[in-house]
Amino acid sequence: MAAMTREETEALIQEVLEVYPEKARKDREKHLAVNDSSLEKANKCITSNRKSLPGVMTVRGCAYAGSKGVVWGPIKDMIHISHGPVGCGQYSRAGRRNYYVGTTGVNAFGTMNFTSDFKENDIVFGGDKKLSKIMLEIEQLFPLNKGISIQSECPIGLIGDDIEAVAKKATKETGKPVVPVRCEGFRGVSQSLGHHIANDAIRDWVLENRDGDDSFPTTPYDVAVIGDYNIGGDAWASRTLLEEMGLRVVAQWSGDGTLAEMEKTPKVKLNLIHCYRSMNYIARHMEEKYSIPWIEYNFFGPTKIAESLRKIAALFDDTIKAGAERVIARYTAEYEAVIAKYKPRLEGKRVMLYIGGLRPRHVIGAYEDLGMEVVGTGYEFGHNDDYDRTIKEMGNATLLYDDVTGYEFEEFVKRVQPDLIGSGIKEKYIFQKMGVPFRQMHSWDYSGPYHGYDGFAIFARDMDMTINNPCWKNIKAPWKNQVANDEAVKAVA
Amino acid sequence: MPSVMLRKREDGKLIFYVAKKDLEETIESLEFDSPDKWGGEVVLGDGSKYAFEILDAPPKIPLTLQAKRL
Ligand code: SF4
Repeated sequence: MAAMTREETEALIQEVLEVYPEKARKDREKHLAVNDSSLEKANKCITSNRKSLPGVMTVRGCAYAGSKGVVWGPIKDMIHISHGPVGCGQYSRAGRRNYYVGTTGVNAFGTMNFTSDFKENDIVFGGDKKLSKIMLEIEQLFPLNKGISIQSECPIGLIGDDIEAVAKKATKETGKPVVPVRCEGFRGVSQSLGHHIANDAIRDWVLENRDGDDSFPTTPYDVAVIGDYNIGGDAWASRTLLEEMGLRVVAQWSGDGTLAEMEKTPKVKLNLIHCYRSMNYIARHMEEKYSIPWIEYNFFGPTKIAESLRKIAALFDDTIKAGAERVIARYTAEYEAVIAKYKPRLEGKRVMLYIGGLRPRHVIGAYEDLGMEVVGTGYEFGHNDDYDRTIKEMGNATLLYDDVTGYEFEEFVKRVQPDLIGSGIKEKYIFQKMGVPFRQMHSWDYSGPYHGYDGFAIFARDMDMTINNPCWKNIKAPWKNQVANDEAVKAVA
Repeated sequence: MPSVMLRKREDGKLIFYVAKKDLEETIESLEFDSPDKWGGEVVLGDGSKYAFEILDAPPKIPLTLQAKRL
């Protein structure tokens, strides 16, 4: 299908909106837009970070998911208690594939689920006593934990428990940091506020722990990787590049990260932000308090990687600048071979994305490196500043959809007919049944890493494997496939 | 009175950021910006206007300040 013009795209949006009652239509209209890459600011064309409409299918998560699932969960040597009923933690357990090294249950706890398992009694009489007891149990059963975070689920805020007091008491008893996080699911409009609350909790309860302690030897090349959750090993694939160019990665936030790394982060020279949405808050705070500058970078696809490596190196001396060039040169043959192999198979294919924090804009470059084109993109929980950064990356007259509803997304796909959709598990089976190739782009569909040069090779292979899979030809029942039938008849005759 | 975080962008422009409002805008003009007087009315990239208290020296940036919406 040929690219749609601006008018066609606008007409499509209007057509899709038609089925809504008037009030809903007015609201949803603001969240759907045709991209105009000449705009400086996204707020002229799209509204974001607003409450989802009741009655439509949204795929957003809650603040607890943003704090426990995204920001705190991957910190492997701390125990994160899902404080409240058992479901919130159990149904989200280990689903995000944040890889880590360590022995689970001994010195790392990433894939385990700790919960206070609230029952009616706890709701009526309060759960603070139970929480204190849990902390003691944790100390006995898992003595190598480095600290505890209390991730509040909805009921905690509703019944007014004082988890801060319990946390302070526990810290006194065990001598380890215990961090209460007020990330009850009902706060805010999506998981996004959970990220912010989690960042604030780190600021208030962790970051200052080593202020005034200079025992950690620093170098002029210390950096921290912020907002890389090591999904399928992403942070490792990124870290090797940074280290190869001569930088020292002091901390990983928070994939395969530790409490000690977070405490040491105020000593670094530069913060590198991959997922801007979930961790810009802490970077801004460190810039103000510790004068640590931060920059955003993008390690998806060779074009963006080279751009980012040079941008990072520009903030250091000539050895690092030379290091960046050396790294790019070293991997050139490797990624050129990947492009030579897959580009002919993927060239011209059109992709629609609908994902979370950084990927709706960050992966565009990787697709373009393979000759593919992103024709629609949107964020589940993006803010204005995310769309500001997106309009420049997307082609003119492409679709932008914020907090898209199940219905809208299906209709867009029917009309735009992309060759590939990249979105989440809730969308996956719907679109596969519609016969559209699909990649789950939150946790890389059980694959990865996709960051760095190593990740790009895997990314290219996965996209090829999905799009050019022979199964898509067999989606339609053979007797419904008129063209194929005619050809078969011709062949027989 | 929103809390505003001021920072310098890579290109040297001042950025006006209000986390609660999700507002990230460039500062297009600042009423007083000299070594002995700083602050007053600011005009943002989107045309909205705020005011800082007037200080007797330019502050160290990045910094969080209170601003009044005009
Ligand atoms: S909204 Fe509340 S009950 Fe639901 S998962 Fe989030 S914290 Fe749990």
